[in-house]
Amino acid sequence: MLDGFDPVVLARAQFAFTISFHFIFPAFSIGLASYLMVLEGLWLKTGSGIYANLFRYWLKIFSVVFGMGVVSGIVMSYQFGTNWSVFSTKAGPVVGPLMAYEVLTAFFLEAGFLGVMLFGISKVGKRLHFFATCMVALGTLISATWIIAVNSWMQTPAGYAINAKGQFVPAGSWWAIIFTASFPYRLVHTVIAAYLTTALIVGAVGGWHLLRDRSNRGARKMFSMAMWMAAIVAPIQILVGDAHGLNTLEHQPIKVLAMEGDYEPSPNGAPLILFGLPSNEEGRVRHEVAVPHLGSLILKHDANAPLPGLKDFPRDQWPPALIFWSFRIMVGLGLAMLGLGLWSLLARVRKKLYEWRWLHRAAIAMGPAGFVAVIAGWVTTEVGRQPFTVYGLLRTAESHSPLAAPAVAASLLAFIVVYFSAFGLGIYYLLRLMSKPPEPGEPEPSHIPQRAAGITPAAGVEK
Amino acid sequence: MEHIDLSIVWIAIIAFAIFAYVVMDGFDLGIGILFPSFAVGDERDQAMNSIAPVWDGNETWLVLGGGGLFAVFPPAYAIILTATYPLMIAMLLGLVFRGVAFEFRWRDPGHRAFWDMAFSGGSTVAALAQGITLGAILQGIRVENDAYAGGWLDWLSPFSLLTGVSVVIGYALLGATWLIWKTEGTSQRHARRVAFWLGLATFAAMGAVSAATPFLAYDYWRRWFDMPGVLLTAQVPLLVTICAVTFFWSLKRNAELLPFLMSLALFLLGFVGLGISMFPYIVPRAVTIWDAAAPYESQMFMLVGSLVIIPVILAYTGWAYWVFRGKAGVHGYH
Repeated sequence: MLDGFDPVVLARAQFAFTISFHFIFPAFSIGLASYLMVLEGLWLKTGSGIYANLFRYWLKIFSVVFGMGVVSGIVMSYQFGTNWSVFSTKAGPVVGPLMAYEVLTAFFLEAGFLGVMLFGISKVGKRLHFFATCMVALGTLISATWIIAVNSWMQTPAGYAINAKGQFVPAGSWWAIIFTASFPYRLVHTVIAAYLTTALIVGAVGGWHLLRDRSNRGARKMFSMAMWMAAIVAPIQILVGDAHGLNTLEHQPIKVLAMEGDYEPSPNGAPLILFGLPSNEEGRVRHEVAVPHLGSLILKHDANAPLPGLKDFPRDQWPPALIFWSFRIMVGLGLAMLGLGLWSLLARVRKKLYEWRWLHRAAIAMGPAGFVAVIAGWVTTEVGRQPFTVYGLLRTAESHSPLAAPAVAASLLAFIVVYFSAFGLGIYYLLRLMSKPPEPGEPEPSHIPQRAAGITPAAGVEK
Repeated sequence: MEHIDLSIVWIAIIAFAIFAYVVMDGFDLGIGILFPSFAVGDERDQAMNSIAPVWDGNETWLVLGGGGLFAVFPPAYAIILTATYPLMIAMLLGLVFRGVAFEFRWRDPGHRAFWDMAFSGGSTVAALAQGITLGAILQGIRVENDAYAGGWLDWLSPFSLLTGVSVVIGYALLGATWLIWKTEGTSQRHARRVAFWLGLATFAAMGAVSAATPFLAYDYWRRWFDMPGVLLTAQVPLLVTICAVTFFWSLKRNAELLPFLMSLALFLLGFVGLGISMFPYIVPRAVTIWDAAAPYESQMFMLVGSLVIIPVILAYTGWAYWVFRGKAGVHGYH
């Protein structure tokens, strides 16, 4: 029965599923690590207990998120070999070392500083503890940098040569491989996305507790900080996203045209299609609602600038029409985040930040928006890379392992069952932690004789 | 050749990472395997506490081994992982289960029975998958044009099942002897009793695997029994016998650390035996380390970082084990 499926499609589904699940945790932990650093910094600077409480409150959540990120990450480091063996063989000499560096950095960070951080400030002293918190935040960013470098190389490959066996090999400098054309844009866009995701979660938790008790100081503080973040960072993210889009238009024009649904060339300026039903089969967008010239204005910053259409490119290089949708979901949520930020500014000016219940409800509704936007953005860029794994050079259909459909289908099912039960319970547990209001005397991490990740000898030093 | 041969350096590093993984995660997987035999309550808590501070550090060696293989021997990584596909998936899922079980066992006491089962089931599945993978590699993988050319169940054979069960038994022995060292009272007595039987089973399993291996391929036979190599290879079974005698003697004398050390020595000898059978092949009789090697630039780039970070990790790990020396109690180390 399972033979009816295409093993490549199944392998792609499996990768998409496992990485989407994985992505949730680092997207949250990158932002949360930096947030913890800010909280602890403010605490040490001002001596205000409220920051200490918030720090401890979010640290408990961080340890669980980080642990699940590590566990789901182990799977990722093996997926390349199990499902994408041809890609691994061919691109391994270039992307393998970058991923191994990610492991080494994560390893270093995990082994060293997270344990110290979880062990508590009263045991190791303020300075060492703050240093550890900064190192964990830095480490999450370094990890992200390596992974984005790999991803960007797959999108805009550079600095490679092809050897006699058909492998991509470094052509000289590793700088050229790491700093590819799309890398800086993608890195900034992704890290800011992680920050926004975290801000929205913090805002939702703050909003939730404000609805129950408007006077809770911890809830007020976290809500206010999160809303500042949304108000300041959402517009920046929109500008960065625009720059990233222009970069993509330069290096992967087909992807952008598919995102926009521009099948026909527009010599006098392209419209912006707001909605419609794109169809690669028919080569057009049905029922489209479009604003004339706005597309060129956004992509070329000139209303009359000509844009090519998908039909200017070979049909076998078009990505699936799915990215038309995922792109709109991402942009729509980005605008909603901007709206939430502006609304909070208005409330702040009117001195009603902690009073407007609809604002709090909106913040709760927007809580998961960061995750959805991150996944939608990831789908846009990765599905937009299709039909290639290494853009323009190695086709997805030629990258996969020689596996029969039943093997891949069975493993996909197993992943779905196990992930939903294991990580599903983890997420439930996180929600339970978040449903408790921040109290004035938040305890340090309890002496549960285990931790999410990180081994710390500090626990044994103190007797 | 103008450069030093980094493939040799790298296979040494990866072999070290895999060995470090096998012995370190081996004992904590072993505790998972033995878990159902411990009494609910103090005995289980003590066993769990003895590995709580170190298990995830142990597991990262697995990522390092896999990541290193991908970076410096990409075709080997691709061939082995594809050939053992269902095993790798089972191992990863097993590790996911036991990983989250560590996390939730204490935090979610209402479902402790479930998490205990996840811990023990996940550990056993992971160990069994690793053992079968070992057998699958030894018995040979069909390779054509630098790619895996077999089906998705080629790994399944009586021999690979034998290695699978052997590794489960061996890990359980490591776990039991670790507990002899790290616990006291009833837990320790229980571990000692189990270790005796596991010791017997491990030696039987090692004997069976060693006896079967030379018959898998003439190449193995030649490596082990041809003159003059046999003068060297014969030392391996000899040393195994010495370890065995010391092991049972130390168990009888109620030694606490020596049984664990002897189990480690046994694994080391098994590992050396594998080296004799395989080197310089990375996929036996099909792909050598030089066939699979990434270019010099890739190997060098990785080596720079590894030479800085691996010693730091080792020092740190050593420190952690030193600090957590002594007996683990019901409420953590004391």
